[in-house]
Amino acid sequence: MTTTAPMRSGSIPAHDPTAADLEKLATYPHAIVSWVDDAGYPTSVATSFEVDAEAGTVSLAAPGGMPIPTDREVNVMGSHIHPQPGIGYDERRYIQLWGRTSDGTTFTPVRAWGWDETEVPFFEYSERSVPQSRRYLAQLSKEKGRTIRPRLSPFWLALRTTRLPFLSATAVPVLLGIAVAATDGAFTWWTALLTLIGGSFAHLAINVTNDIFDTLSGADDANTTPTQFSGGSRVAVYDLVSIRGLSQLAVALFGAAALIGLLLVAVTGSLTLLWIGIAGIVVGVAYTAPPLKLVYRGLGEFAVALGFGPIMLLGAYVVQTGRIAIEPLVLSLVPGILIALILYVNEIPDRRSDAEAGKRTLPVRLAPSTVQTGYLVGAIAAFAVIVIGVAAGVLPWPTLIALAAVPIALRVHQGIKVHYDSPYTLMAVMGTNVNLNLVVGGLLLVAYVLTIVVALFV
Amino acid sequence: MGWLPEPIERLLEVALVGELTVVGRDGRPITHPLIPLYDGEKIYLHSSTLFSKKLEHIKRDPRVSLALTDPVAMKGNLDRATIQGTARIIEDDPHADWERLILDLWQRKEPAINDFLKARVALPLFFERAVIEITPERALFWADGRTDQPPVETRAPRSVAA
Repeated sequence: MTTTAPMRSGSIPAHDPTAADLEKLATYPHAIVSWVDDAGYPTSVATSFEVDAEAGTVSLAAPGGMPIPTDREVNVMGSHIHPQPGIGYDERRYIQLWGRTSDGTTFTPVRAWGWDETEVPFFEYSERSVPQSRRYLAQLSKEKGRTIRPRLSPFWLALRTTRLPFLSATAVPVLLGIAVAATDGAFTWWTALLTLIGGSFAHLAINVTNDIFDTLSGADDANTTPTQFSGGSRVAVYDLVSIRGLSQLAVALFGAAALIGLLLVAVTGSLTLLWIGIAGIVVGVAYTAPPLKLVYRGLGEFAVALGFGPIMLLGAYVVQTGRIAIEPLVLSLVPGILIALILYVNEIPDRRSDAEAGKRTLPVRLAPSTVQTGYLVGAIAAFAVIVIGVAAGVLPWPTLIALAAVPIALRVHQGIKVHYDSPYTLMAVMGTNVNLNLVVGGLLLVAYVLTIVVALFV
Repeated sequence: MGWLPEPIERLLEVALVGELTVVGRDGRPITHPLIPLYDGEKIYLHSSTLFSKKLEHIKRDPRVSLALTDPVAMKGNLDRATIQGTARIIEDDPHADWERLILDLWQRKEPAINDFLKARVALPLFFERAVIEITPERALFWADGRTDQPPVETRAPRSVAA
């Protein structure tokens, strides 16, 4: 077959036709044959056909009264879609071949292009096409003489930009820190509430900062298989928000977090809290920002473990008690490890684009089997902290009820093994992994409430 | 009102997919499967800005054709049609124009779109769309899918085609 210059259509490149392309065409019940007629209009006719994959030709049934021209290029397309009433479509696929007919029926393709959602899922196809959308809207803006950008309603844009649902990762350690303090007899409701709000602002600020640097480094652009748990907010990639807008938002969120932090330092008079707050902001910014770029060096998991473990939990405890203690420090290792494992699993589908952008996360650095074992080791470590903590008399015995979540961790480990190479089927596993932290955190909270209740009545 | 023969109008009203052929930059035909909508006069197709190459082609050369055949939606009826016409891209506001112009027609043909719209936050660029409005000029019809027979040809009255 003739070799042609590559031609891009959307995000999937056209290519020289192969026997496989012709075999795919043969699966369709009829073909649409199109050409540009003498008046300059495209014209099309559906017709039956037979494929000779070995010879690289398609034998088209001659349409009545509409001879297929031999002096110009012809397009032959097979298309399939399966409507699912009330749901949408599946089994979407099509292939089109360009070439000529020598005699009005024998078609020799020289170029092929198509899409099959079993090979490139719809969401990946869409992500691959983002640069086309940006080009189109830039050109349209030029034609119209005004800026035309994609939009979202303010509510959804705020939710997407800050990745608000991830706040559960902050709620667990902060609430646990407050609960441990309460078992020590220290609890002030309004400083507890301010801690939760301040910690949330810091978390959202870090999310936005992370997006800024991942967009600037090209990591988010290179990622064509983002999921609801991975690949960032993508608001800058989609041009829903500019980098400048994200920067202003990050500064505002960091500012709000710092204000609340300083207020709590003033109220508690604790310099320890000040240092914990500073450490939190430094680790949060250094996570993706130069010069440290911890996540680019395979240290992101450790930064997250530190931030969502000791810094958040111990910080919340210090707000209430004004001091550091061994119990909250030990307990903080549990959400620290589990939230680091959320990042760890969420990095699995991003590993190719992360590698392209020089983001050397653990799943980029390690072999799949090591990553899978690493998850198991991490999850066992989180539960071992509880068992050892109770055995050593540091944690109250009711915290052992958190071991009820072990089967969830095992399910995640199994899911990672099965779906390691499939971002979209891994999505459910990522969701279960997020739930693992929530369930363990919830059970630990119940354990502390029980401890308080028992202390009150015994 | 429209001039298309009744069997072609029926195809337009029920077909879930039609093949739109446009003229590419180098003059070659390029075909795109799209959901056709019909208001009794004009044919409406629509495209996300993600898959907007076809829009660029149409803006350069508005001559298009739309092939229709859908035995599933037509409950076994094999009728086939090809409609040639001139297309106009409506893209003043890709965020909202299409909702105002064609959402009603789209919902009637594909009710599942309502569920997708609720998840607009998940796929924001998919719902930045341009509308392709086609004024039919010539129609070819093959009853029972007999494309081995010459088609029945109908042309738009002069006032419509002008």
